Amino acid sequence: MNLILASVVSLGGIGALSAVILYFIAQKFHVEEDARIDEVEAVLPAANCGGCGFPGCRAFAAACVTADTLDNLSCPVGGTATMEKVADILGKKAAAVVPTIAVVRCGGTCEVREKTNSYDGVKSCTIVHNLYGGETGCSWGCLGLGDCEVSCTFDAIHINPETMLPEVDEDKCTACGACVKACPKNIIELRRKGPKSRRIYVNCVNKDKGAVNKKVCKVACIGCSKCFNVCPYEAIEMGNNLAYIDSEKCKLCRKCVEVCPTNAIVELNFPPRKTKIEEPSTTGTEK
Amino acid sequence: MGGVHPPENKFSAGKKTKIISLPQQVIIPLRHYSGNPSVAEVSRGEIVKVGQLIGRANGFISANVHSSVSGKVSKIDNAMDAFGYKFPAVFIDVIGDDWLDEIDLSPEVKRVCNLEPHEIIKKVAEAGIVGLGGATFPTHVKLSIPQGKKAEVLIINGAECEPYLTCDHQLMLEKGEEIIIGISILMKAIRVKKAIIGIESNKMDAVLNLEKWAKTMEGIEVVPLKVKYPQGSEKQLIQALTGREVPSGALPIEVGAVVQNVATTFAVYEAVQKNKPLIERIITVTGKSVPEPGNYWVRIGTPFTHIIEETGGMPQDTGKVVAGGPMMGRALPSLDLSVAKGTSSILFIPSSESKRGKVFNCIRCAKCVFHCPMGLEPYLLMNQGEKQMWENMEENRVMDCIECGSCSFICPSNRPLVDYIRYGKSTVGTMIRNRKTHKS
Repeated sequence: MNLILASVVSLGGIGALSAVILYFIAQKFHVEEDARIDEVEAVLPAANCGGCGFPGCRAFAAACVTADTLDNLSCPVGGTATMEKVADILGKKAAAVVPTIAVVRCGGTCEVREKTNSYDGVKSCTIVHNLYGGETGCSWGCLGLGDCEVSCTFDAIHINPETMLPEVDEDKCTACGACVKACPKNIIELRRKGPKSRRIYVNCVNKDKGAVNKKVCKVACIGCSKCFNVCPYEAIEMGNNLAYIDSEKCKLCRKCVEVCPTNAIVELNFPPRKTKIEEPSTTGTEK
Repeated sequence: MGGVHPPENKFSAGKKTKIISLPQQVIIPLRHYSGNPSVAEVSRGEIVKVGQLIGRANGFISANVHSSVSGKVSKIDNAMDAFGYKFPAVFIDVIGDDWLDEIDLSPEVKRVCNLEPHEIIKKVAEAGIVGLGGATFPTHVKLSIPQGKKAEVLIINGAECEPYLTCDHQLMLEKGEEIIIGISILMKAIRVKKAIIGIESNKMDAVLNLEKWAKTMEGIEVVPLKVKYPQGSEKQLIQALTGREVPSGALPIEVGAVVQNVATTFAVYEAVQKNKPLIERIITVTGKSVPEPGNYWVRIGTPFTHIIEETGGMPQDTGKVVAGGPMMGRALPSLDLSVAKGTSSILFIPSSESKRGKVFNCIRCAKCVFHCPMGLEPYLLMNQGEKQMWENMEENRVMDCIECGSCSFICPSNRPLVDYIRYGKSTVGTMIRNRKTHKS
């Protein structure tokens, strides 16, 4: 009995003494933190994806509180709605955010881009990219080993086992940019989501000459400039044997899609055309 | 320390070199594996002679490129290299075999060289000589000793530790005198009195031949080495021959050594004494099913398909074609390639041996640790590479890895050790470079 009493008293005494010491230490080293950081953090999506450029949601919240304006700060996951809530809390004005989405710019499916050799090493795009040009004749295109899939924290990008190309799930993609960084071939781009998710883009990044890349891939952009000439809005730039559609200037008229001889320009989520002889390219890489 | 003993398979040993006939077209890459591509000095439609400069070095780590044939430049375009990426190359349609006048084609051996060291280095640079062991680092850069450092010994690498390869062995048998003169020229260029030639003891005929010629010059010694892979790697060779260990992250010059390959030495002889730039080299064509493995003189830029045709075609059961040795060579993504300065062989691997085995879990046998010639822990580096722990990889000296492949070769679980270590090396290398640029 004595033993139990002695131990309870001594341990309790140590505990009480420590609590007092800790109380004074906490008083002495107290750090005044802006209470609004917690409030801002509460409205953020808590995905901690790093898409904003900060290590996590709390770091972003702190940055929002200390910043003078919210012009350069935006949460890609929450979008405009979240940023407006943040602006309300802080009494600042949120900059308008144009919704973007990840777009995979390669249409080289197994059918249109033949394998010229086979690789049986580690299944990682970065390792293959460091080692050699890849299993097909096109050293620019998708390697299909899924570094983007691994990098995605939202389960929004997956390799389609039939085409061996990644497909983006539009509902899940938050445009955090993790896959853009993970892709060693720089194929994935964040583009404007567009009205009703309608988008037009060049589905190729091959910078070789047209005659060369036509041999290795049937849907490669051959740099013929037909789209460049037909575009009424000057939204298409030509360079490095490749066309690039500026999504800010593009008015989604779809003239370029019609003239492209290799079906390298892809339209997404448009209603079917009334007077169309040929079906639009089926090589779109997104749902 | 470390090292492995892969089956030697030197089928083409002792086979006299033959000359591969001129192809119809050569594709001469302006970039030879490492460094900047050189800038084309010729234009389309121009008539060139053998030995004419067609690409000028661009930047510090870059070498001149010369025409290996005479003919007409048909185009300057991108061509695939052994990595499967496209780099600029000069395409020349062959017409006759018209050499530049200043190149001395007489068979007599010129023994005396009266040039000053800086003149020798200048001539080596002009001739576009790169390290012919495989890494193709420009030789003139290696010969220019940095300020404050002093070279004490020249080491000549005749180890040829890669299985299958016999091109250096054959060169040592056939061009012994020229190699020794080349060594004396290099000794003069870097101002050393002593040179050691290291040759694996499975090539005693080459050792005896070079010993015979080495007696005619002062300060050259031939040392037979233990047969193991990677004996011919720079740091291992220095340790075997001088007993000095190159510190982690340092260059051989730190311990007063300069290492050159025997084939490079021969190229230096030809450039300095005969004015002949680096336009041809010996390659070994070999493989288990190749009917007649052999050693061949080929002009730089000769298409692989032409060589394969000339040497009896590709064996039926080929599963993989490798440029270089089986340990460090590159499996080719396509046969539409041409011989670059660093191409030492065309090796046909039968399909039964061309695939990797099934990967099992690490059983902690530590064979990779025991056999690593650099004293690293490959299993650990691989685990950290998989988890992308770059800082930890740096601490565990991933940058010291020479990518010899001994760990992957010896691993009983077929683990892809080198793959992940190479991944780590490239990422950590970028990290270190970024850190340096941020500091300055």
